[in-house]
Amino acid sequence: MGYEAVIGVETHVELATRSKMFCGCPNGFGAEPNSSICPVCLGLPGALPVPNARAIEATVSLGLALGAEVAPHSVFHRKNYFYADLPKNYQISQFDLPLCRGGHLDVEAEGGTRRVGLTRIHLEEDTGKSTHLGASGRIRAAEAVLLDFNRSGVPLMEVVSEPDLRSPEEARAFAAELRAVILALGISEARLEEGQMRFDANVSVRPEGGSGLGTKVEIKNMNSLRSLQRALAFEAERQTGLLSAGGEVEQETRHWDEAAGCTRAGRSKEESSDYRYFPEPDLVPVALEAALLDRLREALPELPAQRRARYAALGLDAGAARLVAEGDGYGPLLDAAVAAGADPRQGANWLTGEVTAHLRRLGITLADAPLTGAHLGELHGLVAAGRLSATAAKEVLAGVLEGEGTPAEVAARRDLIQISDETVLEAAVAEVLAAHPAEVERLRAGEQRLIGFLVGKVMQVTGGKADPRRVSEAVRRAAG
Amino acid sequence: MPVPIDIAKVARLARLALTPDEMEAYGAQLGAILEHAASLQALDIQGVPPTAHPLPMLNALRPDEVEETLEREEVLAQAPDRDGPYFRVPPFMEDE
Repeated sequence: MGYEAVIGVETHVELATRSKMFCGCPNGFGAEPNSSICPVCLGLPGALPVPNARAIEATVSLGLALGAEVAPHSVFHRKNYFYADLPKNYQISQFDLPLCRGGHLDVEAEGGTRRVGLTRIHLEEDTGKSTHLGASGRIRAAEAVLLDFNRSGVPLMEVVSEPDLRSPEEARAFAAELRAVILALGISEARLEEGQMRFDANVSVRPEGGSGLGTKVEIKNMNSLRSLQRALAFEAERQTGLLSAGGEVEQETRHWDEAAGCTRAGRSKEESSDYRYFPEPDLVPVALEAALLDRLREALPELPAQRRARYAALGLDAGAARLVAEGDGYGPLLDAAVAAGADPRQGANWLTGEVTAHLRRLGITLADAPLTGAHLGELHGLVAAGRLSATAAKEVLAGVLEGEGTPAEVAARRDLIQISDETVLEAAVAEVLAAHPAEVERLRAGEQRLIGFLVGKVMQVTGGKADPRRVSEAVRRAAG
Repeated sequence: MPVPIDIAKVARLARLALTPDEMEAYGAQLGAILEHAASLQALDIQGVPPTAHPLPMLNALRPDEVEETLEREEVLAQAPDRDGPYFRVPPFMEDE
């Protein structure tokens, strides 16, 4: 019997605010350890939290972008548990009154689009960071733990999906699409390698095409799209193996071990009631005004799916549309290029091809490069007028990226402009034909392949700056 | 009527190591508190909206602005143990 996976994903996202969630400490990655700390995020007695309005707006913006219902009345709760990186012994989170409920995200899946429902989006605070010392980093055998509270209290948004995903690949596509939306909104840098976006997932398996739900397992600790997919694939296979052998799946929390490539049973059996959630007495409820919601709704940018559809309508293939829509700064640049007269497909090819490759060679990002939409429009004009070959256009792009000036300036400086003066071209052709009378005779006698030979000679005498297509025409005319 | 509670579980969640005598004593005291709280359930609260806070206040928020932080040396000097710029604590296991 075949089995299919039923998957829901919980995504934690650190928001890119200036200050932390409940205090004014700077929210930034890479600061000196324990340099961004205060009584609130250290959990010192008597310290009082005050929520960051921008973090709430960012969370609501994501909800609005994904069609969620924004709660008219939202409350923060205390989630009580003991861990050394949680100095208050509780995390301020949300329980039954999250900021957003419902909504959905469409994911391109095998065989069409999968609409993935969202359960909720809520806001909480991140914990400090612990480093286990000794015994080569193995937690179980550590000698001591070092704590850095810079991350303590950083705004952490949690997006919980419905169990609507049907394969590890779909779960990965969902996470990638969610990340693209978050980047488009500018509410987080969502750098996976820095832990700004982290995943937990619920997975069960059931007979293919079935409608019931199997016993689910929660997997924690996935820090990349790749480990999300790998962990789910491992777990779905493990559960399928158990059921196929007549066994049962135990409901439990398992941890993904990236190095070993497997999930392991956790020791914790804590249930939701063990967290003893109760309303945070230090905070009053949040009820966002309609005017604020209207303002946030109006400020929503074009979302990745809309942008991809727009580029597809301009003639870009699906791959190029995705690359341009999601590459940082690529979409706005292509839009500016098209406005400046560039062909959309040509522009997209340059951006995803030569520009991307050369940026990598230079070790800079598009944002740091001096390339503008006007440049691409101008380059398109030069190519369309036959003044630059396709190959020369790529070299011109490299020059522009290196700061040598506009396409026309780079082409002139690097001596790439093709001969467009018809009389110069005719003279070069006449010179070559006069120098090779025997070949001209054979061509006239019907040996067509000699055209290539003669065109090559003309390219030689013009230093490669003639348009081969026009040279070929001129040779035919002169010899014909 | 006393409310039955699993005092051992409550103690474990609060990370309290209680002796059997203490469990009995605190169990009885906590039961009496819950019994008192349970009397509230006799009230008719039909039509009374749930309240999350005693203050009639909403949206006590702050703008996203950076404020002063504590001096690291001053904070670390008050910790039981440190290691360079870090707080140092005894080892603990991931899922304890």
